[in-house]
Amino acid sequence: MQARFAISLASAALALAALVLIARSATAADAPDPAADAKAFQDFFTRKFPAVKREDFVNGPYSMNEDMRKQWEEKEQFPPYEFALEAGKEMFSTPFKNGKTYADCFPNGGIGIRQDYPYFDTKEGKVVTLELALNRCREANGEAPYSYVKDEMASLTAYMAFTSRGKPFDVKIPNDARALEAYENGKRYFYTRRGQLNFSCASCHVQGAGQRMRAEILAPALGILNAMPIYRSEWSGMGTISRRFVTCNTQTRAVPLEPQSDEYRDLEYYLSYLSNGLPIAGPGARP
Amino acid sequence: MASTIRVRAISSGETTEVQALIQHPMDSGFVKDAKGELIPAHFIQQLTFEHNGKTVFLADWGPAVAKDPYVKFGFKGASKGDELKVSWVDNKGASDSTTAKIQ
Amino acid sequence: MRVLATSILSALALAAATSALAAASDADFKAAFAAAEAAEKQAGALRNRWTTTEAALVEAKKAADAGDLDRAVAAAKEAEALAKASIFQANSEKEAWKALEIR
Repeated sequence: MQARFAISLASAALALAALVLIARSATAADAPDPAADAKAFQDFFTRKFPAVKREDFVNGPYSMNEDMRKQWEEKEQFPPYEFALEAGKEMFSTPFKNGKTYADCFPNGGIGIRQDYPYFDTKEGKVVTLELALNRCREANGEAPYSYVKDEMASLTAYMAFTSRGKPFDVKIPNDARALEAYENGKRYFYTRRGQLNFSCASCHVQGAGQRMRAEILAPALGILNAMPIYRSEWSGMGTISRRFVTCNTQTRAVPLEPQSDEYRDLEYYLSYLSNGLPIAGPGARP
Repeated sequence: MASTIRVRAISSGETTEVQALIQHPMDSGFVKDAKGELIPAHFIQQLTFEHNGKTVFLADWGPAVAKDPYVKFGFKGASKGDELKVSWVDNKGASDSTTAKIQ
Repeated sequence: MRVLATSILSALALAAATSALAAASDADFKAAFAAAEAAEKQAGALRNRWTTTEAALVEAKKAADAGDLDRAVAAAKEAEALAKASIFQANSEKEAWKALEIR
C-alpha cells in the first residue's frame, strides 16, 4: 500500500516537472526570433533536398524536377517574359503628366533596389511592398493607381526585379515591436489552414514541396518570391505577387482578400525575410 | 510601334537554329469575357520565315495556338550574316514582319 | 397481415412527412437565407469566407427568384453549414497553425 502511494506520488511529481518544462519552453518559443526562424526554415529545405544548392531554390519547381528544368533552361534562352520586361522598362522611364518619373520616388532611381522590399515603414507602422510603393508613387504624382493583379504592375515590377537580378534578398526587420508583429502575422498567415480545401500555404509549399499536385510540381516555400513577377503558362501572361496570393486563396476555395491588404503585405514580408541571402531571379517563367 | 516579333537565329556548322517569340493575343473565339460575351477570334493564320527569297518555314495556324506563340526550328543552307525575314498575317488581315541577321 | 398494415401506415406517414417538407414557404426561405447571411458575415469578420459558401448563397437567391423555394431553402441551409464550418476553421486554426511551424 505504501509502495503504491510512493509510486503515484513520484509519477505525479514527474508529471508536474514535465508540465513546468513544457510550459517554460513554450514561453521561450513565444518570443519571436526571426533570425532563428530563417535559419530553421533554410535548414529544413536544404536537409529535405540535399541535392539542391541553396541559391537554386529560387527556381521553384525547376529545382525539384530534372525534366522540367531542361525545358525551362531551353525556354530561358528566349524567355516568355521578354515583352513584359521591355514594356516595363519603357513605362519606368516615361515621365508622369507632371514631368516627374518613378526614379524620383525610389532610392538609387529605382534601379537595383528590389531586394530591399518589402520594408517596414516605422512612420506608418506598416509593411510597404514594392507594388504598394509603385502605386503610391503614381498617386503622389497625380496618376491613377494600377490594378495590383494586371499587366501594368507586372511589367513595372518585372523591370525593377530585372535590375536586381543576382542580388540577394536583404529584407530588414527593425527593432520595433510593430515590425516583429507584422512578421509574426505573416508567419501565422502562412501556416493557417483556410478555404474549404483546408490548405495552408505550408500544406503545399512545405509539406508538398517537390511533389505533384495534379500536373504541377509544387515549389518549395524557400525562395518562392525571388523570381516574381512571373510569366505563367497557365495564365498565358505575367502575374504579380498580389495576383499569385489572390489565386492561391481561390484555389483552396477561400475568398481572397483585397490585394495589398495587411495580411498579404505581412505574408510577403515574412516569406521574403526567410529567403534573405537567396538571389533575386525575377522576372521568372513558370508552368 | 515596337515590332511584335522577336527573333534570334544562330548558325552553327551546317544548321541554323531559329527561335521566335511573337506577341499576339491568339484569341480562339471560344472564350467568354467577364460580361459573358464571346471574345471574337483573333489569331495568326500564316507565319513565314524566308531566307534568300526562299521560304524555309511556313506555318498555317489556327485557334489552337496559344497567346504569344513561341517557335523554334532549324534549317540548312544559310551562313552567318545572312538575312532572315519573318512575317505573319492574322485572320483580321493585320500583319507584321521583321528581318534579322543570322549570328 | 399486421406487417402489411404497418408498412402501409409507415408509407403513408413518410408520404405525409415529405409532402410537409415539400411545402417550403417564402418565410422559410427568408429565415434560412438570413441565417446563412449572418453566419457568412461572421466568417467575413474573421477574414475567412469560402468561395463555396458564396456560391451557395448565390444559388439560393437565384432559386428563390425563379420561384423554386425548396431548392432555395436547401441551398441556403447548405450556405449556412459551409459558413459555420469556415468559422470553426478560423477559430480552431488560431492555435492549430502552430503545429505546422518549422522550428
